[in-house]
Amino acid sequence: MRQYFEDLARFVDSLARPSEVIISRFSAEDSDFIRFNRSKVRQATGVKQVAWALSLIEGTRRIDASTSLTGRIEADRETLRGLVQALREGIADVPEDPFLLIETRPLSSSTERAGRLPAAGQVIDEVLAAGQGLDLVGFHAAGPIHKGFASTMGVRHWHSVESFSLGWCLYHDRDKAVKSSYAGAEWDNAAFAGRMAFAREQLARLGEKPRSLPTGAYRAFLSPDAMTEILSMLSWAGFGLKSRNTKQSALIRMADQGATLSPQVTLAENTAGGIASGFQGEGFVRPQRVPLVEAGRLATPLVSPRSSREYGVPTNGANSDETPESLELAAGSLPQAEALAALDTGLYIGNLWYLNFSDRSACRLTGMTRFASFWVEGGRIRAPLDVMRFDDTIYRILGENLEALTVERDLVPDADTYGERSTLSMRTPGALVREFELTL
Amino acid sequence: MLETLQAEFRRHAPAVDFCALRYVEESSEWLQVRQDVAEPPQLSTSRGAMVTVIDKGGLGYAATSDLSGAGLREAIERARRLAALTAGRSVVDYSAVEMPRPSGEYRSPAGRDPASMGRGAKYDLLAQEAKQCRIDDRIVDWEANLWSTTTHQAYMTAEGGLVEQRFNFVVPNLSATAHAGGESQTRTHGGRYNGFCRQGGLEVLDAFGLAGAGRRVAEGALELLAAPNCPSGTMDVLLMPDQMMLQIHESIGHPLELDRILGDERNFAGTSFVTLDMFGSYRYGSDLLDVTHDPTRPEQYASYGWDDDGLAAEKQYVIRRGVLERPLGGAVSQKRAGMPGVANTRACSWNRAPIDRMANLNVEPGESSLEALIASIDLGVMMRTNVSWSIDDSRNKFQFGCEWGRMIRGGQLAEVVKNPNYRGISATFWRSLAGVGDASTFEVLGTPFCGKGEPSQVIRVGHAAPACRFAGVQVFGGEA
Repeated sequence: MRQYFEDLARFVDSLARPSEVIISRFSAEDSDFIRFNRSKVRQATGVKQVAWALSLIEGTRRIDASTSLTGRIEADRETLRGLVQALREGIADVPEDPFLLIETRPLSSSTERAGRLPAAGQVIDEVLAAGQGLDLVGFHAAGPIHKGFASTMGVRHWHSVESFSLGWCLYHDRDKAVKSSYAGAEWDNAAFAGRMAFAREQLARLGEKPRSLPTGAYRAFLSPDAMTEILSMLSWAGFGLKSRNTKQSALIRMADQGATLSPQVTLAENTAGGIASGFQGEGFVRPQRVPLVEAGRLATPLVSPRSSREYGVPTNGANSDETPESLELAAGSLPQAEALAALDTGLYIGNLWYLNFSDRSACRLTGMTRFASFWVEGGRIRAPLDVMRFDDTIYRILGENLEALTVERDLVPDADTYGERSTLSMRTPGALVREFELTL
Repeated sequence: MLETLQAEFRRHAPAVDFCALRYVEESSEWLQVRQDVAEPPQLSTSRGAMVTVIDKGGLGYAATSDLSGAGLREAIERARRLAALTAGRSVVDYSAVEMPRPSGEYRSPAGRDPASMGRGAKYDLLAQEAKQCRIDDRIVDWEANLWSTTTHQAYMTAEGGLVEQRFNFVVPNLSATAHAGGESQTRTHGGRYNGFCRQGGLEVLDAFGLAGAGRRVAEGALELLAAPNCPSGTMDVLLMPDQMMLQIHESIGHPLELDRILGDERNFAGTSFVTLDMFGSYRYGSDLLDVTHDPTRPEQYASYGWDDDGLAAEKQYVIRRGVLERPLGGAVSQKRAGMPGVANTRACSWNRAPIDRMANLNVEPGESSLEALIASIDLGVMMRTNVSWSIDDSRNKFQFGCEWGRMIRGGQLAEVVKNPNYRGISATFWRSLAGVGDASTFEVLGTPFCGKGEPSQVIRVGHAAPACRFAGVQVFGGEA
């Protein structure tokens, strides 16, 4: 696939007139998607897709277009030739863009990670066998993902990975379930079996009578999976320069009024430790690490090339939405094995679900508990929890009420497959919180 | 192109229980003016096909963007292989599902072709409104955008069935954000997340009311900045159509999706508090509640002639006089559940398999004027324009927030309030429906961004509703 990309990129470059710059962005995947329900197969789908996005730039005018391709170079050359011509005809109607910025240095990068992926039939065999006698519902996605960037300025980037991701739930009844996942580049039957065995052990706990709690503030331990949901909200609306300067950042009180989180909170866009590509849509290479919050204080914003021009700040390789792709929260000092004892009495929250802002300026969040969440007394799990709604600000959850973060951290790959398989991830510890406000 | 594809498909369709091909070509243009600067146009074309094979009880799908003869043959073989792998190991004997073999055509209302207006003229239109937003130094951000899409879809079965559907979608939007004293407030025209979305042509812009909207959203943002927080307490809420669309979507639409009820979505989007035994008897809402699944309303966002399994669309009541009648489930789910549903098996594009989705899910108008609804409220809040939504995985406990609220005291409209939020439980909330607006309060809206499914799919849905009054709701405002 790399040779196809290089050949087609060279062809597109050759179409540019002296006054033009052309940027090419390539993405392709060949994926198996298998859905399971009640320990049987619901849907099995194969998807083979190739797409190419072009930006034609002349002076300070720019026009962007993307198209599907066949993956056959002769046919795709003609498609892209036609697209360049159409953009050339359309660019006259486009107003000049004062905030245009692209990478002009002839930089290049390359990442290739081959894997040992299971065939669809093997996954079906393994999952159905493991789910026998259980109510298993899940989703497997696997295959290669390729991304490329090229420009007539001589920039070339390549990112190609093979990976799989299997997420599944074992249901006890109604909404009581244990959520598990197994993801990586090399499938190992024994590793999968180990995770299934652990999930089965947890499932046994869900058989006890669930506890319904009155609303109010509770001591709580948030697992790394639950923490990813909270950090996702900050990713959505917290770290970009544009959102900060237009006063729409959820962390605007940190930016403008000196509000702080706990000194234990250090957040960074850690491209070096993630699985996303090391380059962005205008060809800029991302730094290895961008500090976003340091010891509870707001640090560097994510700056896209567009914001760089608009606000006169150097870009740090952020995407156009200025959202992190490899967010990490620094580890704390509480060993995971001691988390329940440190919690003593309160909530063990395995997963959170469907978060949103109930007051964005105040970074007040609401959402639901989900999956394996338990009532804990004396450091021991006593009963599963009925789902509860929380509504609380980040300044309390990760500020005055944050007691500890765990030593261990989980790398949680983003399981989204909107349009194409995601390469985003987060690395986060669990969090022990003095009070967590339940409202419904 | 389509004729060649059809010929290739028929030539290579294997001898199996059922084989179909769904071709989709979708082109879109997105234009935005932000803070008086026109951003580069974003154009896209997505083109490909999905092959469905059902054989010996198994089901396989294979999608490809390679529509050459070789590409198509490869996809057919991949779908056949997946069908063989899943035979006898699937949630249902797919060969026993009676798959439709339809023929026919569907088109969005012709209207005024968006392509008939030059890109420069569209930018000028957006720039004109964006400029009107700048009425005060406290307006810190503003933007106007226009998103237009054309879709050509063909569904063909190996036996000769062929359905062609052509859609035009137009989605305009305006927003302005005001900031002072550490707080920001945003007001939009067309909804925070593109709630004003329609099928048709440039006439959609007339219905949208673009002219003058720039100044209005800016004034609205400043009005919110000066407003007190919505008070907390139990009171009535009067939800206008641009909040009703979200209320319908989350607490009627998703819980009634049959694939959720059957458990397919429990690993991601969730399950439902609704169970199969409730259909025909469960009191979902008060007697005033009539809800229809209606993919036949021409201008509405998710209208079509056939769903993506070829089932013909028709208007169906899902809730009548408050009682639950039928779920939102297509041919496969109906077979699995053993009950009738609606034509709603849909995919977001050629590269995703179809699943049960809402299309247009509407609350039918009642008999009260807006004035009568307001007059009937002793203490309450009128709420407009969804901004926040959260609901549990059974689609039961919810919390929603709006951009704008206005107190109602003693049957009269009173002060504007900011950050109006409310909480409730779907299973009982609709029983508190105490007043339904008449046709004069009815608006046709929707969302382009309904997410569901594994692999993930974002799909278009439509929601039309009148203003509705709910009694005794838990209301609250923003952080002090």
